[in-house]
Amino acid sequence: MSTNTELVQNKQKVKWIAFDLRAYTMIAALVLIWILFTFLSGGSFIEPRNLSNLFNQMSVTSVLAVGMVLIIVAGHIDLSVGSLVGLTGGVAAILNSTYDWNAIVVFAVTIAFGALVGLWQGWWVAYRAVPAFIVTLGGMLIFRGVLLGISDSRTISGLSDGFKTVGTGYVPQEWGIVVGVLAVVVFTLLLVLKRVSRKKFGFDIEPMVLSLLKIVLVSIIVFTFVLAMNDYKGIPIPIFVVIFLAIIFTFIAKNTVYGRQIYAIGGNPEAARLSGINIKRRTLMLFVLGNTLAAIAGILLTARVGSATVNAGTMYELDAIAAAVIGGTSLLGGAGTISGAIIGALVMASLDNGMSLMSVETFWQYIVKGGILILAVWMDIYSRQRKNKG
Amino acid sequence: MTIALEMKQITKEFPGVKALDEVTFKVSKGEVHALCGENGAGKSTLMKVLSGLYPEGTYEGEILVDGEKKAFTNIRDAEEAGIAIIYQELAMVRGMTVAENLFLGNEPQKLGVIQWDYVYSETEKWLAQVGLEGIRPDQITGELGIGQQQLIEIAKALSKNANILILDEPTAALTEKEVEILLNILREFKKRGVTCIYISHKLNEVFDIADSITILRDGQTVATHDTADIDEDKVISLMVGRELTERFPRVEANPGDVVLSVKNYSVKDPDQAGKYLIDDVSFEVKKGEILGISGLMGAGRTELVMSLFGTYAGLTSGEVEIDGEKVKIKNTEHAIKKGLALVSEDRKKYGLVLGMSIQNNITLPSLKWISPYGVISENEEIKHSKLYHQSLRIKAPSVESIVGNLSGGNQQKVVLGKWLMTEPKVLIVDEPTRGIDVGAKFEIYNIMNELIKKGVAIIMISSELPEVLGISHRVLVLNEGKLTGEFDYKDATQEKIMVAATGGK
Ligand SMILES: Nc1ncnc2c1ncn2[C@@H]1O[C@H](COP(=O)(O)OP(=O)(O)OP(=O)(O)O)[C@@H](O)[C@H]1O
Ligand SMILES: [Mg+2]
Repeated sequence: MSTNTELVQNKQKVKWIAFDLRAYTMIAALVLIWILFTFLSGGSFIEPRNLSNLFNQMSVTSVLAVGMVLIIVAGHIDLSVGSLVGLTGGVAAILNSTYDWNAIVVFAVTIAFGALVGLWQGWWVAYRAVPAFIVTLGGMLIFRGVLLGISDSRTISGLSDGFKTVGTGYVPQEWGIVVGVLAVVVFTLLLVLKRVSRKKFGFDIEPMVLSLLKIVLVSIIVFTFVLAMNDYKGIPIPIFVVIFLAIIFTFIAKNTVYGRQIYAIGGNPEAARLSGINIKRRTLMLFVLGNTLAAIAGILLTARVGSATVNAGTMYELDAIAAAVIGGTSLLGGAGTISGAIIGALVMASLDNGMSLMSVETFWQYIVKGGILILAVWMDIYSRQRKNKG
Repeated sequence: MTIALEMKQITKEFPGVKALDEVTFKVSKGEVHALCGENGAGKSTLMKVLSGLYPEGTYEGEILVDGEKKAFTNIRDAEEAGIAIIYQELAMVRGMTVAENLFLGNEPQKLGVIQWDYVYSETEKWLAQVGLEGIRPDQITGELGIGQQQLIEIAKALSKNANILILDEPTAALTEKEVEILLNILREFKKRGVTCIYISHKLNEVFDIADSITILRDGQTVATHDTADIDEDKVISLMVGRELTERFPRVEANPGDVVLSVKNYSVKDPDQAGKYLIDDVSFEVKKGEILGISGLMGAGRTELVMSLFGTYAGLTSGEVEIDGEKVKIKNTEHAIKKGLALVSEDRKKYGLVLGMSIQNNITLPSLKWISPYGVISENEEIKHSKLYHQSLRIKAPSVESIVGNLSGGNQQKVVLGKWLMTEPKVLIVDEPTRGIDVGAKFEIYNIMNELIKKGVAIIMISSELPEVLGISHRVLVLNEGKLTGEFDYKDATQEKIMVAATGGK
C-alpha cells in the first residue's frame, strides 16, 4: 500500500507539467503553418484584416466539426451535413427573401428544421439499426435533391440586412472588450470555485502560482485575440458563434452525464449497454444535436455569402471529418475533443487562406490539403504508439 | 540440467509504474516452470518482454536463449528463436474460421496463393492434438465457447513448433475437463522436450504440472523453488508477503426477507426457435445470503443472470418479484433501477470501457447520483472512485489511470467497484474471481461478506467448486437450462454437485 500512495502523490505532483503532449503538437503545427505563411506572404497573412477573414472562413467547418466530433466519438459518421448545410441555407433564404419572414423567426424555424431532420436520421440509425454511413449517405443525396427541387435549381438572393449581419457583422469594438473582460472574469471565477470545492473534499489543490499563471495566460490569449480583431472591425459574429458553441459542447462532452455516456458508447457499446445506458435514445439525440449544428452552419454560410446556391455546402462533410480527425478524434470511436477539432478546422482554413493569398493554383491546394490530412493523422497515431510503449 | 532461457536484470517502466525491477528468471530445458504472483506483480509484462511484444530498447536487461544473447524487435523474431506465447487475453479474430485463425500471419502459400487444402488438413491435425476433434476447421471462431477458443489458441502456438511455450493464465476460462486436457497436452509436450512457462492463479494446477516455481512480487523476483520443496501455503505467503491462514472466510448467513423471487422462469433461445436457454426455473434469494450457482459450462448459468438483468428482453416468460413486487425488467437501465447489479464473466467485452480511466469506469452506471442537473460533479466522482481504489486495493498509480493498462486481476476489481457503487439490493457476480490472485480473492470474499452483513443478497456463479462450497450458503445447480439440484451448504459436497450438474445420472 505504501508504494501505492507514494505513486498517487507523485502523479499529482507532476501532473501540471505533463499537459497533453498531443494537443501541444497540434498547436505547434498550427503556429508553424502561420509563421510559414506570414513569411511567404510578406506579412500580409498575419494582418488583422486577413485573420478576421480567416476566422470567418473557418466558422462553417468549425460548427460542423463540433457536431461531427461527438458523432464520431460515438462510433458513427455523418456524411449528410454538407448537403444539409445547403438545404437549411436554402430553406432559410427562401423564407427570408421569398416569403419576407423576419430574420429571427427564420433562424428559429431553420434550426428547428435541422433538429427535425436529425430526429429522422437518428431514428433510422438508432431504432432501425441502419448503419449511419448508409443513412447519412442517403441523406446526403436526399437533402441535395430536395434543395434542387425547392429552389428550382436557382440561386436565391435578396436576403434582409438582419439576416446578412449574422454572417458579415462584427461585435462592436467596445463590446468586444467587455466580452473579453467577462471571459477572463468567468474563467477566474470557475478556477476559484474549483479550488474551493477541491478543498472542501480534502483533495490537493494546485499551487496558487499555477492558478495565477493560468489566469494570466488566458488573459493574454483572450486580449490578443480581441485587440487583434478590434484592430480591424471587431470580432466577427460567426467566430463569436463558433466560440460560444465550442464552449457549450465542450462542457457537454466533458462535464455532463450525456457526454460521458457518448464516450462510453463509442469506447465499448456492450459495456455501456450493460451499465444501463439507453444507447438508442443517446444515439437519436446525437443526430439531433449534429444536424441542429448543421442548420446553424447553413445559416452562417448563407448569411456570409448573401445568397443560397444549389451547390452550397458540397463536400463540407469531408472538411468537418478532416478537422475532427486532425484534431485527434479517433475514427474507431471513444476518443476526441471539441477543442482539437476547432484547431483542426483552423489548420485547414489556414492552409486554404494562406495558399489563396499566395495565389497557389487550385490543384496544388487540393494536393497539399490531402497530404497534410494524412500527415497529421499519422503524427497522431505515432505519438499514441510511443506513449503506449512507454 | 541445461538452461533453456535466462532473463537477467530486466527492468521495465511505464509512465508512473515500475512494472519490473531487475527481475531475473531462469528456466531449465524441458521443464514446466510456473510463474506466480499477485495481480499486477508483473508476470504478463515479463512474458511480453520475452516474446518480443515490448521490443529491445523499451526495457533494460538481457535475454539469453540457450546461452545466446537475443534482442527481439518484434514477435516474429521471438518466434524464430522458438518462443511462442499465448496471451492472457484471447487474440483470435472472432469472425474468421478456425483454420484461418490458426494460420493467421503464417499462411502457407505458393506464389501468393493460400494452399487451403494444406491449411485444412494441418488444422485438423492440430485440433486433434488439443482434443478438439469435434471442431471443423471451417467453423467460425466466435461461435465457439471461450474454453474451446483457448484450446485453439494453444493449437496455434503449438503449430509454430515452439521450443519454449509461454501460457499466460490459459485455464482462467476453462472447465475442469478442458483443464485436464490441457495439462495432459503439456505433459505430452514435456516428454518431447518442450520447455513451458506457465502462469496461473490456480495453485493446485501449478503443483500438478510444474517442476519449479518462480514467484514475483511488486515487479521483483522473490524466490525460485522446485515444486517438490515447497507447498501451497508457502507459495501464497511468498506472493502476498504475509501468511494467509484461511482461504474461504465464510460468515454465517443471517437471512432476512426474500429480495428476489423467480417463478417458472424460461428464456427462449434467440438463435433457435423452439429451444429454451432456461427452462422453467424457480428460486429465491434472501437478504443477507450468498446463493451459489453451479453447473457445467453451457448449462445456462450466465444466460439466467443476464436475462434477469434485462438483456434478453422479449424472450423471457415467468414471474420475477423484487421486494415482493412483480416486475418485468425491460432493459438493463430498468434492472439497475430495481436494485440489480451484474458483474459479468467477460470483463473486456461487457464490463469495461478499456480506453477510459478507472474513475470513469467505476462511476458509469451511477453517474445519475453524482450529477445534479445532469452535470457530473468531478469531485464527487474522484471521491467515490478513490474509495473503491483503496478498499479494493486496485493496483494503479491513480484513479485517472487508463483501465486498459491495468493487469487482468486489477481490471476485475474495477468492474467490482463499478457495481458496488450502485449499492445494489441484489449483486450478481458471474465468475467473480476469475484471473484473481489468492490474496485478492480473499479480499473479494471479505467484501462479499461485508455486503451480506449490510443486507445485500448475492448470487454467485462459479465454476470453481471449492469456492462455491466455501463461500455460499445455498447452492443451486443447473444442467441444460433446468434446475437439477438445490443444497444447503452443510449438505453439499463436490460429488453431489457434480452429479446434479451432469443431469443427475
Ligand atoms: N501498457 C501499460 N501501461 C501502464 N502500465 C502498465 C501497462 N501494462 C502493465 N502495466 C502495469 O504494470 C504492472 C504489472 O502488470 P502485469 O500485467 O504484468 O501484471 P500480472 O502479474 O500479469 O497481473 P495479473 O495476474 O492480474 O494478470 C501493473 O501495475 C500494471 O498496471
Ligand atoms: Mg497478467
